[in-house]
Amino acid sequence: MGDVLSQMSPYLWASVGTGIAISVSVLGAAWGIFLTGTSLLGAAVKVPRIRTKNLISVIFCEAVAIYGIIIAIIFASKLTDSGKAPTDTDFFSGFALFFSGLTVGVVNLFCGISVGITGSGAAMADAANPALFVKILVVEIFASALGLFGVIVGIVMQSRAGFSGK
Amino acid sequence: MSTPGSLLSFNINDGYIEGILRGFRLGLLSNVDYSNLTQCDALDDMKIHLATTGYGDFLENEPSPLHTTTIAEKCTLKMVEEFNYLRANVVNPLAQFLDYIRYGYMIDNVVLLITGTLHERDPEELKEKCHPLGLFDSMRTISAEATVDGLYNNVLIDTPLGPYIQSCLSKEDLNEMNIEIIRNTLFKAYLEDFYAFCMKLGGTTAEVMHDILMFEADRRAINITLNSFGTDLTRDDRAKLYPALGILHPEGIEKLKKCDDADQVKAAIDFYPKYRDLFNDTQFNEDKTLEDSFFEHEVDMHKHSFYRQGGYGAFYSYFKLKEQEIRNIVWIAECIMQDQKSKMNQYIPLFPN
Repeated sequence: MGDVLSQMSPYLWASVGTGIAISVSVLGAAWGIFLTGTSLLGAAVKVPRIRTKNLISVIFCEAVAIYGIIIAIIFASKLTDSGKAPTDTDFFSGFALFFSGLTVGVVNLFCGISVGITGSGAAMADAANPALFVKILVVEIFASALGLFGVIVGIVMQSRAGFSGK
Repeated sequence: MSTPGSLLSFNINDGYIEGILRGFRLGLLSNVDYSNLTQCDALDDMKIHLATTGYGDFLENEPSPLHTTTIAEKCTLKMVEEFNYLRANVVNPLAQFLDYIRYGYMIDNVVLLITGTLHERDPEELKEKCHPLGLFDSMRTISAEATVDGLYNNVLIDTPLGPYIQSCLSKEDLNEMNIEIIRNTLFKAYLEDFYAFCMKLGGTTAEVMHDILMFEADRRAINITLNSFGTDLTRDDRAKLYPALGILHPEGIEKLKKCDDADQVKAAIDFYPKYRDLFNDTQFNEDKTLEDSFFEHEVDMHKHSFYRQGGYGAFYSYFKLKEQEIRNIVWIAECIMQDQKSKMNQYIPLFPN
């Protein structure tokens, strides 16, 4: 096993990590947006006043995708090609970027889903009783904080990663 | 007990339409609307008050001395409009579920057609009396059928009720069986089929519809028993009409099968606290019949299905609540017409405080 791992280029790991960070985050954001968007559209037909306020749920979901893109850009800017054989530092950086990307991606996936389901409930509750919106928004804010946790951990994990570039 | 992942994928197909349904539910008449209606002196006043609610100008084009039957018809047409909008915007399995809601009304229409044909009434007249939610395509060919045999072969078998009709009734039965027995047999088959369908769907739908359909079956069983006293319905025939589901099934049903009068029925359901309370309600209050207690309990159950997100039970409940609202409006209108203001408050409020 150790031989296989040492034969695989660390750039593979780093690139896949970058890809996972952005793609799985976008998956979570998209899931959340359709969950909350469909309910919002349906409820807004009969109760138009909820339209503008409830877009905030969609914005929270979008924020999840933005976290993913920030992380991916940070990683991508660290990916430089030295042209020489990979050193131990390179292996460390490869693994760090991979697992950091995985962390950020999966955390954002669940964050997006969570905000989406809560947002869909918020839209329908707001349509029935305007006083409820602010209370449910608090729940959504907590859900949205999960994505932030992922970003913070991701940034800490890759802070010492760096490829020995030209 | 909800199927895992149900809320994750429900909104893909049914999220928008659930939002629309909840919008409809917000349009049901509130307590304020009912108190305005009960203070009306004439049906034209009712028309003005209803125009401010979700009903809008639906009575605008009716000639001035309004009748309660016109109000009932127009309210029902509004309900049918909402149903058709929902039905047009959904895919399976919600589409199938909404069709099951329609079958209940179709059974009433089919019974109407059979009776009408047996008594040789004009088919056009019969079609006008049918409930608009229970119309089916082969109704158009009815004017060609003058006999019950023809009706069976060409019309009834093609309806969505075909499987129920085939499994329980033969051609001779249509001619010989009492029409109420036909109605109850068909309804039994429909209820059992609907229950099986809901349980197969699983998740929130199964949980919500389980309670609702169980109560419907029990209510049917109790009503069949109470209504059969004094008629020539034998015990064996009556035993075949009880649906095979409900809290009363099987032990309560066994007891009901042996009942011969109302007191024995009361003793039979004594073990079931919910139904015992419903029976006792009617004893302390003279004006309240058992049907009223059942309606009240039913309204309460239907309100609870709106507290769950991500299931189809709310669709069924909405139409039952709408029916109750129409019954309430007609009751208030009749009280106004017949000058019986004291009885006006006996309608069943949908949102009691």
